[in-house]
Amino acid sequence: MSVGDASIVISGIIAESAPIMFAASGEYMAERAGTLNISITAMMLAGAYSGIAFATAAGNLIVGLVAGVVAGLLVAALHANFSHRLAANTFVVGLTLDALVLGVTDYFGTVFKPGSAKFTPVSVPLLSKIPALGSSLFDQPWPLYLLFVIIPAVWWLVERTTWGLEVRACGENPGAADATGIRVNVRRRQAVYLCGVLSGLGGAFLSLCIVGTFNFNMTAGVGFVVIAAVIFGGWTLRGAVLGALLFGAASAMGLVLPVLGASVNPQLLLALPYLAALLAMMFLAKSHRAPRALAQPFTRGVS
Amino acid sequence: MSSLLTASTVSGAQGGDAPEDLLPSPRVETARLVGLYVVSVLVALGIIAVLVLIVGDDPWSVFSALYQGSVSTPGAIGRTLDDTVPVILVALGTLIAVRAGMFNIGQTGQLVFGAICAAFIALKVHGPGPLVLVLALLCGVAGGAVWAGLAAWLYAWRRINVVISTLLLTYVATQILDYLVSSQRFLEEPSSSAIGALPQSAIIPPNVDLPHPGAYPDFGVTLGIVIAVAVFAVFAVLLARSRWGMRLRMVGANAVAARRFGVKVAAVAGGALVISGALAGLAGSILLTGEVYRITGGFANTFGNDGLLAALVCRDRPGWLLPVSFVFGMIRTGGNYFLSTGVPDYLAEVLRGLLVLALVFPPVYLERREWARRLKAARVLALRAT
Repeated sequence: MSVGDASIVISGIIAESAPIMFAASGEYMAERAGTLNISITAMMLAGAYSGIAFATAAGNLIVGLVAGVVAGLLVAALHANFSHRLAANTFVVGLTLDALVLGVTDYFGTVFKPGSAKFTPVSVPLLSKIPALGSSLFDQPWPLYLLFVIIPAVWWLVERTTWGLEVRACGENPGAADATGIRVNVRRRQAVYLCGVLSGLGGAFLSLCIVGTFNFNMTAGVGFVVIAAVIFGGWTLRGAVLGALLFGAASAMGLVLPVLGASVNPQLLLALPYLAALLAMMFLAKSHRAPRALAQPFTRGVS
Repeated sequence: MSSLLTASTVSGAQGGDAPEDLLPSPRVETARLVGLYVVSVLVALGIIAVLVLIVGDDPWSVFSALYQGSVSTPGAIGRTLDDTVPVILVALGTLIAVRAGMFNIGQTGQLVFGAICAAFIALKVHGPGPLVLVLALLCGVAGGAVWAGLAAWLYAWRRINVVISTLLLTYVATQILDYLVSSQRFLEEPSSSAIGALPQSAIIPPNVDLPHPGAYPDFGVTLGIVIAVAVFAVFAVLLARSRWGMRLRMVGANAVAARRFGVKVAAVAGGALVISGALAGLAGSILLTGEVYRITGGFANTFGNDGLLAALVCRDRPGWLLPVSFVFGMIRTGGNYFLSTGVPDYLAEVLRGLLVLALVFPPVYLERREWARRLKAARVLALRAT
């Protein structure tokens, strides 16, 4: 494999895994707070559609990026208030939002069909000159570089701030957290909002930086790969990011390997994230412990 | 949770001057609930109307298409009933699992795996039609049970959260299906042309199809609805009256207490999960032999999620299950009819989503209000006591 091939492969992996990474760092926060957020597909799809729609309507890519974030936040607001204010079952809300946003974006995508718009690559001086890695990592549209800020920031927020400690307490033992004066459902809502912001950004990144247009149901399957990445990572941020890279690589391989002349079973590659997550939970049970109150609603007075 | 609400925690603890007058009577509560249901469904329909108006279409055409496509003629009613069958079965399974405290959200996977097993029997076993049909349905049931059993086993072995394992296994099942229908060695249709076959199985032999009982000029419905309603009736009685139903309820309400009473918690909870998978598998095999007749990558067609949502809308009230499932069936057949009237068909998807939210909202809203009120009353009493 020549240097050129390697850089194509790495670019492919980046393109596939960057949206997953944005969303996975959000999903990581939501899950640590105790929400198994399955409306992540909806958040990403909403972000992808409004990103491209507003970018082409306003003729400004940054407007699109912001619109994507707002759309993700909107879906998150619905989810958070239904399941952590009203205590409706989080899966009803999540599955419904997935279907609802799919229908709404199909509808608007037909009626107000967005054109195409795409960020142009910005190369970072010096770093982009590194052979093979450089051009694929540091000659990319600038929103990708946000990841280098967001991932450390999320880590710091969850692991090093009072807010993060409270969020983790809500995910492990909401009753005890409540008894110490933490407002469990408020923290959970906030975590879901942040998840919406990052997933919306991930969706807008997908449509504005990678694809350049809107396709129906363009985030199909991505949302669940995000969840699989967080599970695979054992509910740690570095694990989730690693999972996102690995699963992005797997789906990039599905596109790249046939070009390079290798044959591989496409279904196996697509099933890989889910199998890997299951196997990780089976054989790394000690380090891969789910937050104890994951997916359990909290109502004060009910244990 | 509802049982806790009706328990007289507040008034019983203090006796005497409990602020019962603060709480509305049951009749007022029911009226309020019904009113809230009506309002939120109207809001959902209103949002649909606004969406249609934005495009400059007539909102009435959507609702009339929904009506015409689903219940206006005997033929439409037959199709709606056929579409209701998988929803009833999956929803029933979900209700049973949830009652035991097992949250199975992988019905789609279990439905798909059951349908795969049924398709193998229907296509590869040659024999008298009815015999193969029964065998296919049984294998569908077994396939669904195995797929859910896998999650139950993972829980028993490694305490892997059932929600997570059923969710992940769904995508594994979908990829297995995709592989099988694009591989000549397994289920792919034998190709005659040089281009190669489509990724789908052959059509199952007509003598393995689910029979249509009776002969009516324009009303046709398969035996599926009879099976579904019978299964529902059996389980409704078992849930309400049998020892098993009681144990299920105990395990779901408080597993520790159930164990103290001598209930084998793991067996009951795991069993509930397996039964829910079996019912999803039955739904898949009925879908295969009664409606679709061939298995493809998109076979599940959101039937699994429809059933799951229907069950969660019912909230542990089996009596609601048949009507709610019928509404889901109506939206599906009505939605299929949308295209022929020029209404975009994804509106059916939007309508279903909004309707689910509208049906979920009223009870949880009132429950939350009730809790807030009781907490306040308890606080008042606690202050009075000191």
